[in-house]
Amino acid sequence: MSAPARILVTKIGFDGHDRGSRIVAAYLRDAGMEVVYTGPWQDIADVVALATQEDVDVVGISSLATDHLLLPDLMTALRDGGLGHVRVVVGGIVPDQDIEGLHGAGVAAIFHPGSTREQIVEEIARLAEEARAAA
Amino acid sequence: MVETTSPPDGLLQRLLDGQTIALAKSITAVENDTPQAAELLAGIQPHLGRALVVGFTGPPGAGKSTLVNALIVELRRRERSVGVVAVDPSSPLTGGAILGDRIRMSEHTRDPGVFVRSLAARGHLGGLSPMAARVIDVMDAAGRDVVVVETVGAGQSEVEIAEIADVRVVICAPGLGDDVQAIKAGILEIADILVVNKADLPLAERTVSQLKGMLSLREAGMAEVPVLSTTATNGEGVTALADAVEARAGTLEGAMGEEERAARALRRVRRLLADATAQRVRRLIREDSGVNVDDLCAQVQRGELGVEAAAAQLLRQLKEPE
Repeated sequence: MSAPARILVTKIGFDGHDRGSRIVAAYLRDAGMEVVYTGPWQDIADVVALATQEDVDVVGISSLATDHLLLPDLMTALRDGGLGHVRVVVGGIVPDQDIEGLHGAGVAAIFHPGSTREQIVEEIARLAEEARAAA
Repeated sequence: MVETTSPPDGLLQRLLDGQTIALAKSITAVENDTPQAAELLAGIQPHLGRALVVGFTGPPGAGKSTLVNALIVELRRRERSVGVVAVDPSSPLTGGAILGDRIRMSEHTRDPGVFVRSLAARGHLGGLSPMAARVIDVMDAAGRDVVVVETVGAGQSEVEIAEIADVRVVICAPGLGDDVQAIKAGILEIADILVVNKADLPLAERTVSQLKGMLSLREAGMAEVPVLSTTATNGEGVTALADAVEARAGTLEGAMGEEERAARALRRVRRLLADATAQRVRRLIREDSGVNVDDLCAQVQRGELGVEAAAAQLLRQLKEPE
């Protein structure tokens, strides 16, 4: 029995540039995934509640203007909320010096500018399977 | 595609206790029809029938999600716990979906008294999703006082909600002119309550009077259908909507005996069974299992066999793959 992967595509922090997240949401839809799309300005507690209620496999955070720095807090909040199995990815502008810290905090993948549709879709599909196996 | 895994032990009890994560996991199990779903659904049967199920349907862009959001505000003021089942369409090409109804409901995200679950229609016609009726049951079992069901943007024939909801709310937008005429034959007929949303727009009053005119042509003795005006974005008219929903629910409670309630529950299961069977047959035909489908098709094409006769023959021969 298999079912489409469920992905939350959202933005945290104060930045409202949501074009990127919409494009990625459409990529994932076109790859057969079910994408819960929220738009920008969620805070960390919102994302935990959304991921809980929607029982998603992967949370995708779009970040343009330093919102990725909130990710370590999000990872902690997800674990505290009983969602340690959910895989978290970030796409957008992540400076080189922040990469190691994000991985250390448990972020599963970082998609930099220039990432292709194939890379994003394949990696998220793989992570969704991982998340379900770990649930 | 992802393999589904078994829900953790004790899921049923935690669901009945109203735990949020258990509710979410149970919905996933039911939606994906995992092996655990059957056990779960059997286990909740004795606990069903407590929630008031309110259906919201109407054309795309009429303001269904925004109005659901405004109604939630009012229901929370009345101290009701709320479950929302929001259905959006799946792509017919890839099976994927963008589930965006809850964007309009974000003010309730962190309220533990509100649980919103987005469902993809997964190819199901009729405005809901294959397992929507069971997802509603799961929310009922979790102790939600009111379960609000929002269909996909509906046109003329998405009337499935009529069989599932206790109270049916049909939402129209003003100024659609001929489109109002167009939906008269379909979803307007199933309404217990008609709402003209975006009442701040010009032509709203005319739409209200058109709808009232349409209702006045109905047979005498049919239940009164109120026509309400709302502006979901600022909450105007929403108190009256909540009152109308509760009034209608009260009438139902009074009118429906234990037997009728049981009969209604049985009808829901019968419908689910019909859908599940149809889906299974479709799959077996596509996968060409156990029967020579090509041969039957060729016979139909040559005019040797009618489609109905071929279908009957197929049903007799179909077997589940081992």
